[in-house]
Amino acid sequence: MSTVLHDPSPAQQARTAYRRRQTVLSVLIAAASTAAVGTLLAVTVTGAPGWDRVQQTFLDPQLARDALPQVLTGLWLNVRLLVCCAIGALLLGLLIAVLRTLRGPVFFPIRALAAGYTYAFRGLPLIIVLYLLTFGVPGLRLQGTPSVLVLGGLALILTYAGYLAEVFRAGIESVHPSQLAAARSLGLTHRQTMRHVVLPQALRRVAPPLLNDVVALQKDVGLVSLAGPIDAVRAAQIASAQTFNYTPYIVAGVLFVLLAIPLIAVTDQVTLRAARRQSGG
Amino acid sequence: MDPKPTPTAGPGPNVGPGPNAGPGPNAGPGPEVLRCRGLRKEFGGQVVLDGLDLTVAEHQVVALIGASGSGKSTLLRCVNLLEELHDGTIELDGEEISAPGIDPDKVRRRIGMVFQSYNLFPHLSVLDNVTLAPRRVHRRSRAEAETRARELLDRVGLAAKADAYPDRLSGGQQQRVAIVRALANSPRLLLLDEVTSALDPELVGEVLTMIRDLKAEGMTMVLATHEMGFAREVADQVCFLDAGRVVESGPPEQVLAHPTQPRTRQFLARIIEANRL
Repeated sequence: MSTVLHDPSPAQQARTAYRRRQTVLSVLIAAASTAAVGTLLAVTVTGAPGWDRVQQTFLDPQLARDALPQVLTGLWLNVRLLVCCAIGALLLGLLIAVLRTLRGPVFFPIRALAAGYTYAFRGLPLIIVLYLLTFGVPGLRLQGTPSVLVLGGLALILTYAGYLAEVFRAGIESVHPSQLAAARSLGLTHRQTMRHVVLPQALRRVAPPLLNDVVALQKDVGLVSLAGPIDAVRAAQIASAQTFNYTPYIVAGVLFVLLAIPLIAVTDQVTLRAARRQSGG
Repeated sequence: MDPKPTPTAGPGPNVGPGPNAGPGPNAGPGPEVLRCRGLRKEFGGQVVLDGLDLTVAEHQVVALIGASGSGKSTLLRCVNLLEELHDGTIELDGEEISAPGIDPDKVRRRIGMVFQSYNLFPHLSVLDNVTLAPRRVHRRSRAEAETRARELLDRVGLAAKADAYPDRLSGGQQQRVAIVRALANSPRLLLLDEVTSALDPELVGEVLTMIRDLKAEGMTMVLATHEMGFAREVADQVCFLDAGRVVESGPPEQVLAHPTQPRTRQFLARIIEANRL
């Protein structure tokens, strides 16, 4: 768009002026309604009869400072678990999705197993998987049983891989058959076609929903604390049990949101880029 | 395009009663590259190829013409083993490629195919599209494959587009890249499936020029086409397909100008009406 000197016609001038008025008007309306709703909320909450009590119980600055180190220690566990489980679940999910695309009667058992997996682990509540692994497996008293933390992580990986496999599969199936025909006509094998033609296109398309599942996983990793390890929420629970005050939970909640922001921002960015690519930009 | 409008409308004087009255399809020079015998293909009970025979000699260009649904595309897909046959045999250089136990991947390396909708890989640059098969299938080094790809692209005036992505190219450019991609495998036989049908009229010429050059270089080709003028110019042999059979075949001046079969005449008359000849 180079700057070309052009005198807008009266009709265009009228349109521009009208649009400008409309813009100013909508900004004013948005500001006014935001202020009104905000004030109403603040007045309702702080003016409530029990506000003082609630403020003491949930928003005690001193207690927040005291609980912070413990909650942070717990959060470090969440972060480590999240990284390991996200990688593990993505890899396992991809593997299951690819296994489901194998053709030929030889692969029937593998296909059936992979399909059964996604049915079982998407149906089974995470907490039950967690209990089965963290309490059941050590109960076998086998040599070299991994720690409860590892077993808990495994439960998360197994469950989330079921969901992620279906997202991957949707991506694989969204690649048009003509792409497969083109690849096969060049002499590429099924495996080469998958690796160089189908998967690269599929992964780009499903990156946003995959990352969305990782954001969900971030909250669910805390459930391993049911089996013993102390995560951020569990640390907050311990802290609040000592003082009969819920402020540590608020601390943990704020930290979780802060942790999620970068991940969500990346997801939005990836989604935006995918949308732009779709529109041929 | 029409120096002498063909006498196709109405029953002409030269209605041969027997099928395939023209000279046999083996008029071309050189040994046979492709021989299809009695090909049969059904889709859900509907017969698409019904005992089809076709022979293509080395350096020969065979044009398949016929209405939509007459089996042109299916024939090409069957030859490339992209479709399962229901009867008949296909031989490539005397080897039966439709035999059980033949590895279709190995056969397809010897046959190039170009599709109506280009089917370039959108996530790969032009250069990567062209070098994918040479590198992965023929195990060429990246440098070697890219040198040859740039050479081929240069020859068709697309060297400057080597690093562009397909969605940045015009339809004609995309189709030329698709042809180059097929050529990078040094195929014995090139199958072209209505390669100009998806193009804007002003872009058709550049693709046809490329095919013309390929013929001059001696490439053996089978092309399904709606461009009768082009078929007449470039083909050594024209086959008119109807209901899954070759109804009439022979040199273009004969099949297109003096068709003997009523079906062929009917088809060509309709094409003339649509002002495409």
